[in-house]
Amino acid sequence: MLPTSPTFKKNATAALTNAGLQRALERTKPHFQQRRAAAVAALPEFEQLRETGRQIKNHTLQNLDFYLETWADNVTRAGGEVHWCATASDAREAVLRICRRAGALVATKGKSMISEEIGINDFLEANGITAVETDLGEYIIQLGHEPPSHIIAPAFHLNREDWEARFRKAHTDLPADRVFRERRDLLTEARGELRQRFLAADVGITGANFLIAETGSSVIVTNEGNGDLTQTLPKVHIVLASIEKLVPTLEDASVLLRLLARSATGQDFSAYTTFSTGPRRPGDRDGPEQYHVVLLDNGRSAMLGTEFQDMLRCIRCAACMNHCPVYGAIGGHAYGWVYPGPMGAVLTPTLIGVDQAGNLPNASTFCGRCESVCPMKIPLPGMMRHWREREFERHLTPAFFRRNLGFWAWFARRPATYRLAVRAAARALGFFGSGRGRFRRLPLAGSWTGGRDMPAPEGETFFARYAREGRRAEGSGR
Amino acid sequence: MSRALILAAIRRNLHRGPLPADQAALLHARLGAHPRGPIPARSRLPRAEQIALFVRNVEKEFGTVVRVAGPETVPGAVAEYLARQNLPSELVMAPHPELIALPWAERPLLHLRIGRAEATDIVSIQHGFAAIAETGTLMLPSGAERPTTLNLLAETAIVVLRASRVVGAYEEAWDLLRAERQDPVTGGFMPRNVMLVTGPSRSADIEQALELGAHGPRQLHIVLVDDEGASIAT
Repeated sequence: MLPTSPTFKKNATAALTNAGLQRALERTKPHFQQRRAAAVAALPEFEQLRETGRQIKNHTLQNLDFYLETWADNVTRAGGEVHWCATASDAREAVLRICRRAGALVATKGKSMISEEIGINDFLEANGITAVETDLGEYIIQLGHEPPSHIIAPAFHLNREDWEARFRKAHTDLPADRVFRERRDLLTEARGELRQRFLAADVGITGANFLIAETGSSVIVTNEGNGDLTQTLPKVHIVLASIEKLVPTLEDASVLLRLLARSATGQDFSAYTTFSTGPRRPGDRDGPEQYHVVLLDNGRSAMLGTEFQDMLRCIRCAACMNHCPVYGAIGGHAYGWVYPGPMGAVLTPTLIGVDQAGNLPNASTFCGRCESVCPMKIPLPGMMRHWREREFERHLTPAFFRRNLGFWAWFARRPATYRLAVRAAARALGFFGSGRGRFRRLPLAGSWTGGRDMPAPEGETFFARYAREGRRAEGSGR
Repeated sequence: MSRALILAAIRRNLHRGPLPADQAALLHARLGAHPRGPIPARSRLPRAEQIALFVRNVEKEFGTVVRVAGPETVPGAVAEYLARQNLPSELVMAPHPELIALPWAERPLLHLRIGRAEATDIVSIQHGFAAIAETGTLMLPSGAERPTTLNLLAETAIVVLRASRVVGAYEEAWDLLRAERQDPVTGGFMPRNVMLVTGPSRSADIEQALELGAHGPRQLHIVLVDDEGASIAT
C-alpha cells in the first residue's frame, strides 16, 4: 500500500467535509466509548490486570530472543513450520512459496493487520492467487478496493447504502431485484457467498493476536467465526504474526485476553478465542494438514532498546483511536497508511519512516486520553513527542514551524523577557477583548481562529496571579 | 538466514548476547510454573452460585441453557429443543464416548450421524470439555472425539456439558487441560486446536449494530447435565 501520510493535512480536510464519513463517526464514537466504559466498570480488577499485563509484555520483550526460540521449537515439535522474515518482502515471498507448494488458487483470509502491512492481497493477486477476505468488514472494503479505516472495525466508515451497492455489484449470481429489508439480510447474503469460498479455499491465512511460547500456539480472537473457518477447512493454514505478539504462557495470555475484548468492543470476551498448535493430529477428523507461521520483524527489533520499545506492548485493541479527538474528527483513512489513530501515529513512522509519516505524531492535541485508556499503559503522547523531536533534529519540520519554534525558544530561555512579553500580550488582548470576552479572528493565527474563537485573557498573567495569591496565602498564615 | 539475523538484531538492541545459562534457567522455571495473574473475584463463588453465574453469562451473550437432572434425560431435552425451535431431527454428533453412551434409542425420531460436520449439516451436538463461569465460555479442545467443525459449520450448535466441568476462571480450565491431556505427538497437553466459545457467532461490522449468525452458528444451546447432585439445585 502506497502511503498517503505525507498529504495528511489534505486528507484530513477532505475527511472533515465527507458527509458519509462524518455520519459514520457520529454513530460509532459514542458506541465504542460507552461500551468500553461499562465493561471496565464491571470488572474491579481491571487496573490490576492492566499493570500485570504491562509487566508481562515488558518481561517478554526483555527476553524476546529466548521466548521466540522456545516458541519456535514448540511449533516445530507440534509439526508446524516457522518462516522467519526480516522484511515485508520476505514475508510475501514466504506466503507465496507455501501457496505454490500447495498448488493453491484460492486463499481465504481472516482479519490480519500484518496482512495489510505487508500488502499480501495485491501480491498474491499479481501471482495468480485469489485472496478472499472473510471478516465481514474486511470483505466489504475488499469489494470497494480500499484499505481498512479502523484496526478492529475496518468498515465503520461505510453506511448501509454503501453495503447494499457493493453487494449488488459483486454478487451478480443473485437476483438483481432482491430487497435488503434490514441489516440481517446483508449478513445472510454475505454468509451464503463466503460459505462457498471457505469450502473452496486451498489455503487459509489468519493473523495472530498472541503467540504462546510455552505451547507453540497462535491465538486468534473473532466474533464472526470467520477466522476459525479459515484455519479449519483448507488443507494449509498460514499464520501471519509479528515478533512482538509473543507471551510466555497460557496464563499470561489469559491476563491479556481479559483486557483485550473489554478495551476493544466492550465485550467481556469475544465469541471465539482459538488456540492453534500445529497441523491435524493422528485420529483428527478435521483441521489443516499443514501449519505455517510467517513470523515478521519488519523494523520491530530495531524499536527494542529505544524510546519506542513500549509501543511493542500494543495488543491492537483500538481503544486509543476510539477515544482520540483527532481520529474522531477525521477517521482512519486520512492517516494514510495501515495503522491510524494514536497507535498509528507512533508506529507508522517506525515502519515507513518519519520522513513519510512525520505529520502523524503532529496530529495530536496531547489530551492524553489514548494513554489513559490503553490497556497496556503505552505512553503514546510521550512517544509522539519523541517523534516530533526526531523530525525537528532531522530538519524535516517545515521552515515556517522551525522559525516560530526558534522564536519561541529564544524567549523561553530568557524568563524575564518571556514574562515581560507575555504580560504585554495579555494586557493588550485583555483590553481589546474585554467587550465580547473572545476573539473571532487574530492576526498571525488565522487558521487557528478559522475553526474556533480564542477566549480573551482577563489582562493578568498566570505568573502575576500566582505571585499575588502566594503572598496572600503567606499573609493569612497558611 | 533470517532467524539468525532477527535474533542477533534483538540481542544487539537489548545490549546483550544470548542469555546466560542461569537466566535462561529462571525463564524455563517461569514457563514450568506458569504463574497466574490476578483472578477476578466475580467467579470466586460457592458451587451453586458459580454455575448460576455461568448460565447467566451464557444468556447475556445470547446463548441458551437447559439444565437436566441426569445424562439419561439428554436425548429428551435435545428432541424437545429441536421441536420448539422448529428444527429438523437430523443431527451430526461428536464421536465422544460420553455422548454415544446416552440413551438415544429412546428417541427413535432423532437421526444421528457420528463424525465431523459438513457444510450441509443444520444441527450439531458437541461434547463440552469444560466451561468458564467468569464469562460464560465453553472450552472445546479438538481431537478424534471432538472435531472442530462441529463448533462452526451448523446453524445450530448444541453442546452437552456436565455441570461438574464448570470452573470459575480460565486458569482453572487450563489446569484441567494440563492435567487430563497428554498428546502423543508433542508430549505436551495442547491438542491441535482449543476453542473458547462465548455465545453464537455475531458481527457488528454493518453500522456497528450487533447481528447474530455471521459465519458460525446462529444459535448456541447448552444442555447442562447435573452430575453434582444437590450442589446445583437452585
